[in-house]
Amino acid sequence: MTSAATPMAPVPYRVTGRRDETTDTVTLTLEPVERPIPTPLPGQFTMMYAFGVGEVPISVSRIGPHPRDGSTPGPVLEQTVRAVGAVTGAICGTRPGQVVGLRGPFGVGWEVDAARGRDLVLAAGGIGLAPLRPVLLRALSEPDAFGRVALLIGARTPADLLFTSELDEWRARGAQIEVTVDRPSPGWDGRVGLITALVPVADVDPGRAVAFLCGPEVMMRVTAEALTGRGIRDADVRLSLERNMRCGLGWCGHCQLGPLLVCRDGPVVPYTRAAPLMTVREL
Amino acid sequence: MEETGGITSASLSRERFFAGMPEPHLAALAATADSVQVPAGHRFFTEGGPARRFWLLRSGTVTLDLQVPGRGAVVVESLPPSSVLGWSWLFPPHRWRFGAVAPERVTAFRFDGAAVRELCAADSRLGRDLALRFAQVMLDRLEATRVRMLDLYAHPGEPR
Repeated sequence: MTSAATPMAPVPYRVTGRRDETTDTVTLTLEPVERPIPTPLPGQFTMMYAFGVGEVPISVSRIGPHPRDGSTPGPVLEQTVRAVGAVTGAICGTRPGQVVGLRGPFGVGWEVDAARGRDLVLAAGGIGLAPLRPVLLRALSEPDAFGRVALLIGARTPADLLFTSELDEWRARGAQIEVTVDRPSPGWDGRVGLITALVPVADVDPGRAVAFLCGPEVMMRVTAEALTGRGIRDADVRLSLERNMRCGLGWCGHCQLGPLLVCRDGPVVPYTRAAPLMTVREL
Repeated sequence: MEETGGITSASLSRERFFAGMPEPHLAALAATADSVQVPAGHRFFTEGGPARRFWLLRSGTVTLDLQVPGRGAVVVESLPPSSVLGWSWLFPPHRWRFGAVAPERVTAFRFDGAAVRELCAADSRLGRDLALRFAQVMLDRLEATRVRMLDLYAHPGEPR
């Protein structure tokens, strides 16, 4: 187990499943080879190590289940990775049977339990759906614990949508799923436009709703403005920031954003805390 | 298109677009409007056609499109419920610059553009109020378009 004594040592996890989400994004199923890392909370991330190549922060896109037969020593994890560089390219290239390393989990998650009894608005831009998926799955698994759940998804094109095989199931289990794309492709009969256009159709009570946002920073900024404009309180909006996380422990300072070390104080932060920082140039 | 009757100032006052508008102005506008519903596939207007009306969507989505040679009608934006559809009726030469289609059943309030222009010409306070409300709609759509132009979801290695 990653412990305070060995937080920099990666724990081996075997890739037991691999699903191509898009042309550049892959979801890997990971099982601990021996010892697991502590069970992540929704919104937390791990430092994922492609041995011999390097390490990158990757959010957890599914937590569990923990097989009842004890066939694995810890919960199965899914992590969704977009190949944007050498390390993520190597991770996306891994096949079932290969081993990667995990450190963590790190950071502050969505604090889902604090949202119990409330309506949920989950606004995801691009690969930002990955860290929100555990929140949605938690809410769907405990339908009596949460109010209405609206998932708003923005993507570049229909081909860039993630978890498309699960959207109908999520709808069937009670979630409102609304999707918009920037660029339609032939045959697309869904919405076209910015994700902010989905805010008015979210079937929630703004007075009792909590909103979780993840995506490019500008997308989160304009979506947060649209949500608060609809009546959701600033204090009830949380968003997941992305910076250059290296150590995951607040030691190295690479992920500093003003007074925050995003790996330690984030990645999920209240909008009230993030908003003043998001418009500061070169911060 | 099926006309489902006239509307009142009270029904307009419940719409976000008209929030806070004085009752006499709402009553004047309501007199130019009726309530309609259209089936999926209905085309509200075609690029280049005369722009005589505008709509306030109450349910259903409308897509704006543009004919592109070799690609057909390309959808550029979807308008959700509560959106205003159409502003070309307000500006000369009063011709639509895009087309609009209902991909699903839509209900809307439909306004007579020429009659609303006459109201605005006769009552400058109403004209200013309505112009500012349309300006806000345009501002919102301009900002959304600018953000889309950033292509935020593109692969980092892709030239933009």
